[in-house]
Amino acid sequence: MRRCRAWFTAGVVAAGGVSLAGCGGPLSALDPAGPAASAIAELWWVMLIGATALFVLVMALLLWTFVRRGDGGASPKLWLVGGGLVLPALVLTPLLGYGLLTGERLLAHAGATDVVRVDVEARQWQWTFRYPAPGGTRISVNELHIPAGRPIDLHVGSADVIHSFWIPRLGGKIDAIPGHVNLIRLSAGQAGTYRGVCAEFCGTGHTMMDFRVQAHDADDYAAKLRALPQDGR
Amino acid sequence: MMDARIDQPAAATSPIRLHKQLDALWGTPGGWGRLAAVNHTIVGRRFIATAFVFFGIGGILAMLIRAQLATPRSAFLGPEIYNQIFTMHGTVMMFLFAIPMFEGFAIYLLPKILGARDMAFPRLGAYGYWCYLFGGSMLLIAMAVGLAPNGGWFMYTPLCSKAYTPGINADIWLIGITFVEISALSAAVEIIATILKMRAPGMSLDKMPLLAWYLLVTAFMMLFGFPPLILGSILLEVERAFDLPLFDPTRGGDALLWQHLFWLFGHPEVYIIFLPAAGMVSTILPVLARREIIGYSWIVISIVALAFLSFGLWVHHMFTVGIPHLALAFFSSASTAVAVPTAVQIFAWIGTLAAGRPQLKLPMLYLLGFFSVFVVGGLTGVMLAIVPFNWQVHDTHFVVAHLHYVLVGGFVFPMLAAAYYWLPHVTGRVPRHSLGVPAFWLIIVGFNVTFLVMHLTGLLGMPRRIHGYGAETGWEWPNLVSSLGSFVMAIGFALFTVDVVMHWLHGKRSPRNPWSAGTLEWATAVPPPNYAFASLPDVATRTPLQERPDLGNHLARGGGYLGFVRHDWLETLGVDVMSGRVEQIVRLPNRTLLPLFTALVTGVFFVAVLFKLYIVALLALPAIVAMLLAWTPVSGERCDRGALPIGNGAEAVLHSEAASPPSLWAMGLTLAADATAFASLAFGILFLWVVAPNWPPPAMIAWAPASIALAVIGLLIAFAASRAATSRRVIGNGSRRESALAIALLGQIVALVGFAGVIAAVPPPTQHAYAAATKLILIYAALHAALGVVFAGFGIWRSRTGYVSQRRSVDLRIGALWSDFTAAIGLATLLIVYGLPRVMG
Repeated sequence: MRRCRAWFTAGVVAAGGVSLAGCGGPLSALDPAGPAASAIAELWWVMLIGATALFVLVMALLLWTFVRRGDGGASPKLWLVGGGLVLPALVLTPLLGYGLLTGERLLAHAGATDVVRVDVEARQWQWTFRYPAPGGTRISVNELHIPAGRPIDLHVGSADVIHSFWIPRLGGKIDAIPGHVNLIRLSAGQAGTYRGVCAEFCGTGHTMMDFRVQAHDADDYAAKLRALPQDGR
Repeated sequence: MMDARIDQPAAATSPIRLHKQLDALWGTPGGWGRLAAVNHTIVGRRFIATAFVFFGIGGILAMLIRAQLATPRSAFLGPEIYNQIFTMHGTVMMFLFAIPMFEGFAIYLLPKILGARDMAFPRLGAYGYWCYLFGGSMLLIAMAVGLAPNGGWFMYTPLCSKAYTPGINADIWLIGITFVEISALSAAVEIIATILKMRAPGMSLDKMPLLAWYLLVTAFMMLFGFPPLILGSILLEVERAFDLPLFDPTRGGDALLWQHLFWLFGHPEVYIIFLPAAGMVSTILPVLARREIIGYSWIVISIVALAFLSFGLWVHHMFTVGIPHLALAFFSSASTAVAVPTAVQIFAWIGTLAAGRPQLKLPMLYLLGFFSVFVVGGLTGVMLAIVPFNWQVHDTHFVVAHLHYVLVGGFVFPMLAAAYYWLPHVTGRVPRHSLGVPAFWLIIVGFNVTFLVMHLTGLLGMPRRIHGYGAETGWEWPNLVSSLGSFVMAIGFALFTVDVVMHWLHGKRSPRNPWSAGTLEWATAVPPPNYAFASLPDVATRTPLQERPDLGNHLARGGGYLGFVRHDWLETLGVDVMSGRVEQIVRLPNRTLLPLFTALVTGVFFVAVLFKLYIVALLALPAIVAMLLAWTPVSGERCDRGALPIGNGAEAVLHSEAASPPSLWAMGLTLAADATAFASLAFGILFLWVVAPNWPPPAMIAWAPASIALAVIGLLIAFAASRAATSRRVIGNGSRRESALAIALLGQIVALVGFAGVIAAVPPPTQHAYAAATKLILIYAALHAALGVVFAGFGIWRSRTGYVSQRRSVDLRIGALWSDFTAAIGLATLLIVYGLPRVMG
């Protein structure tokens, strides 16, 4: 919410009407609650401002060609080199670098400390979460428990068709593909309840295939895990 | 032997008389005779009208979607019906509206802008149309009875595999769309051959109208883009019908193989849709800006670059499937790089407007709509190419908004502009603009209200393809806004339809060339006669009509080439690819019911496969081949005629005696598409080996030295003998060339026997994807050998019936091309089948 507010002024100028209220919501990527989602939301606001500026520029040029008086002036080469090559190069190169660096930061790099592992198994139409621990793996269905403030490595697989694991307020999505296990690192800044959904169409139950995310403080988390049933598998 | 005098043209005495002579020959009779039409003007109009009907159907489906999503927890449509509706909306708009609409425009316009009388293969165009109509009807009938495809328009496996979609729904998509795609491939071959070989004399490549460049590049993209889709569809249908586990991860298949094959087609598809529309912009805009377009060569280089790039960025549809970040970086860069050639075009257009004196006529209004909408789509496209942002918004309504900005902006708006621009040409009437302007405002306002807010809906977390949502999500008001906007847009399209019908019926007579355009299509009378040009022009510049405004009358008087009727032949000129120098007279086939009947038999094949009547399907295949062979007698000559006069003191040989007739090009292009399908299959095998779980397979192919030897020897004999048959020493002698062809035929049979033996050495194909894919690639090669038998037999038949001589060698050269190709992929197949297990250990 704070991030949204910080960009609020610029956002209004740029988008011309995206209001603060418009950014909220239990599944809003614009209301980030973790570092990954924040980084991406920031990327979005930067791109929105840039895109709006470019759009206004192109439309203004277009309008100018109709209302101008006299000769068009600029030589053809200037249009082609300036608009076709220089402008995209100036815009795209830094953007690409920014995007790749952001993406690189969000990856689940080895060597991070204090990482919590959760195994996610999607199937039509429910989510099963397994928490490997020395005392035996715990299990929960359609409710994911994580400790707040720690990086979580989610190992996502599927038992049947392709699904996609997505908690918009915490970060991007990762597909759950049968025969493969994909890894995504997420983190919740504060304790609280978040929501996740299946983002990849997976049949008639796709709409209903959502789950709750409970981020706990450290002590609560340990207690909650102990209260979960043991994995019978 | 014919008397040489007979080949002299009969001189026409007046334009009216010339028109009557040509019209009697090229025209299509009314009533049932219409079914026999092969003329490009008629076939093109049919494509356009049918595609527009499908656009209306797709639009109604869109309205149902918006009605469902207008309010939270709507009980209007249940998930079963909703899934069918959004799948059909995407499928109809992509495969049954956009591509056929472009094909229709291309077929209608191409000969006219190139200064030819028809497309290179009129019957192929008609056949493609019937395949499109029948295949599309299959999907509509399925929807009417509630069995429409329901897995989303990109049909991801394993959701669309038998285990999770046991009904007929997915089969209807796979079979119906493959049927329709025959028309896409045939159009691609026809368009390329026409542009390269059938231009007006003097129209070198650099003097072609830009639209022809756009259509040429688009057709090449179709030629290489559609084979992976068709191959993927066949693989999935084979998995569903015969349990070959190509996409089943428990038996060595991989769901991602489908995604790669689909998007390898699916991304170029976006540019296949955009480029022809951009070509229309590049045609209409300079005319209404009253200035030649700036940067002709820049644009040509841009669209070629776009075509290459578009095949290198399909993975940006797959950023969330777990591909390593370094690979994503590559595809992300390629995806953003696409903005460069697009920007070159945008600024070439703006620069043209700036340098000219633009008029805000109705087509220009729609072009401004195109600019505003398409630029937004391009900008959000760059956003989506940025990997981390893509992770958030992939599969949400943000993507839905983006793709509608690109496709409606990049295709529908230019098409509406094109409709208003060329309508006087099609109907011979001047539109009454009274409804075109309000229609524009309803469409553009409705569109932006619908889709601008949808970006936000996606950012607020709404995934694609859900049929309901709770009020607490905050998605209620943006969805309601979208739904309201969509109904405004629908009213706009309805108004456009009414406007078109009204001026078709009640418009004023249009003068020739109402826009003062420079391209050749406006040199015909409006509406155009079936033969397009009474005589063919000499072209020296890119805008021949600008330099010579009276060119149309000059041609109508028979002042150009071929301004006469000879032997009741349908003649047009063929040129050298680069220079546009006259090279040959292309004799075109007349109206015939064969394309319709061939399409009907093709339909029998597809319906039989759909209902698992495989005996019927197997009987239909030779019937299709026989029908196609029945096309051939009119496309050859039984005697050498030498050079014939073409008017204006010039002469040229008939295409049957030419060094590079269009049919030879068609064969080469078809083989290029074939090679792409083969390469996709080989890629699939390698991909499974490297990426899929549950490898290595339990059993490998057995060593079958005798069968391998037979296959290799047979392929080589067929290759050598077919080549020998076309050599100077052999082809001139009837019995020698027939013996060579007979040896080629035997060689193909030997190869077939060899392949049968190798196929028998493959482990049971339902056991593992390895065995399934190995069996399929061997069958692929064997099928080519089987068709090689047909080609060799065809050569013998043509030789016996007098169609072959040393000068008339094209039939045998086509057969030789086939044997070359069969030998190449046959040997490659054996290398893959026996080499890969050793390389991969």
